[in-house]
Amino acid sequence: MTNNSQFMVQAQNVHKNFGAHEVLKGITLNVAHGEVMCLVGPSGSGKSTFLRCINHLEVVNGGRLLVDGELIGYRDGGDKLFELKASEAALQRRDIGMVFQKFNLFPHLTALENVIEAPIRVKKLSRSDAIARGKELLTRVGLEEKFDAYPAHLSGGQQQRVAIARALAMDPKLMLFDEPTSALDPELVGEVLDVMRELAKSGMTMIVVTHEMGFAREVADSLVFMDNGIVVESGKPAEVLLNPQHDRTKAFLSKVL
Amino acid sequence: MSDANQNAGPGENSDLHSAMPTEKIKAIPLRHPWRNLAAAALLVVSVSFLYDASHREIYDWATFSHYLFNHRVLTGVVVTLELTAYAMVIAVLLGIGLAVMRQSPNPVLKSVAWTFIWFFRGTPVYVQLVFWGLLSTVYPSITFGIPHVGDIATIPSINNLSLFVLAVIGLSLNEAAYMAEIVRAGLLSVDRGQEEAAKALGMGWGLSMRRIIIPQAMRIIIPPTGNEVISMLKTTSLVTAIPLTIDLYMATRDISATTYKPVPLLLVASTWYLAFTSVLMVLQYFLEKRFARGYAQMGLEVQATPLEGNGAG
Repeated sequence: MTNNSQFMVQAQNVHKNFGAHEVLKGITLNVAHGEVMCLVGPSGSGKSTFLRCINHLEVVNGGRLLVDGELIGYRDGGDKLFELKASEAALQRRDIGMVFQKFNLFPHLTALENVIEAPIRVKKLSRSDAIARGKELLTRVGLEEKFDAYPAHLSGGQQQRVAIARALAMDPKLMLFDEPTSALDPELVGEVLDVMRELAKSGMTMIVVTHEMGFAREVADSLVFMDNGIVVESGKPAEVLLNPQHDRTKAFLSKVL
Repeated sequence: MSDANQNAGPGENSDLHSAMPTEKIKAIPLRHPWRNLAAAALLVVSVSFLYDASHREIYDWATFSHYLFNHRVLTGVVVTLELTAYAMVIAVLLGIGLAVMRQSPNPVLKSVAWTFIWFFRGTPVYVQLVFWGLLSTVYPSITFGIPHVGDIATIPSINNLSLFVLAVIGLSLNEAAYMAEIVRAGLLSVDRGQEEAAKALGMGWGLSMRRIIIPQAMRIIIPPTGNEVISMLKTTSLVTAIPLTIDLYMATRDISATTYKPVPLLLVASTWYLAFTSVLMVLQYFLEKRFARGYAQMGLEVQATPLEGNGAG
């Protein structure tokens, strides 16, 4: 597989069902290198599921998903697809960072240990290099005072910033954010969005599932509105937010704006 | 009837409606008269019991102290400790393996683990030990071969296994079934998001188990495992079923068979068992503390003794 694809993410008619329930009914979209895309939509619309398909936390049932030109979860054998081994899937995930709604920090490790764990164990970085890089990243997200703090001693906003640093420590080419501010107290949302804004400016390709329309309008290059397992509408954030074409988009935006 | 402003302390003499009480509360702590009474009564009973025991002839404290550090008793102590240590180490490792197998997506591993637990938890350990003792009678040798082709290999020396090894095998296999369930409960207690976070960082299943899931599960696993170690220390007294007769309990039984004084030797055995279970409780406290790292602020501190949590705080 070549890694010089035109797009960072290509979704081609992606289907996903849980049993008889079809969650994704054919998602087709492209994310360019360095693009920041916001996925919005009512809960149950399939946006989180789609995000989790991109790093193969969910297995796609139909269509093709490619990251940087590489087919995710399967090996293309001409007319057939072959499911990847767990170790091969793990290899693909190394380059895709993910930030979860509930942070999912490792509670038995300090902030710094959270950040250096995967670089040391997965990327086989030397401990001293990993620590230097980890400290640099934690400083970048404004936590230079909290290297040795356990997650339980950090606020939600601080935990989410550690989670972002942890994902960045693997030097991903793509960052996925699954409602990164939804579990935060309102006054802590800003500090996490600031970090994400700075990350977007640095040229990182990002896909963000969010309800923060202000962030979407200000930072995103494109906005995708999903409902009921399909892409209803997409385009420049300002256009979609100010001049929605579809009734479902209008109905949703009238509730959240 | 009651006047809320009664609580205002001395010096609080200005406008009663606007002023809020600002000084520290100096209330008289709630009294517990029945607690104190019960403690006093128990103290009296305990002292009377101890006084009576020190004079009671059948306890025969002279014989007790004569045999407490007897050579055969000490040898028995060492055998009992060795049995406990070997059996528990094997049981914990095997239990982790079985628990992980039961959680694995592989149906073959799953059913092997389920069957093992079903059998070894479902039959009495005493019966299992008798069977292990009969192993060389039931299977004098094991031969691997293909029908009509011939033998490939024969293991003739099952009866060369010492009684001690058989005892360790018997105790550990039984215990592994219980440990597997304890470990499984621990694994299930870890939030699913932890496994996903590890996966998303590119960690494989084994790595995330070893570095992320099992260390967190330990917090749940250790208290019941400490219980199992204490239980194992005492269960070793059943190895006479094999029959292995050099452990602590059988050593004291052998001595009393010649001295005709069973009670003081039972006291000798009890004293040693109690001494080691006490040491194990202390070790467990420190282990729990070690694995509670990162949880201290969540109100999950480790409590050492029933009295410690009752302090002035």
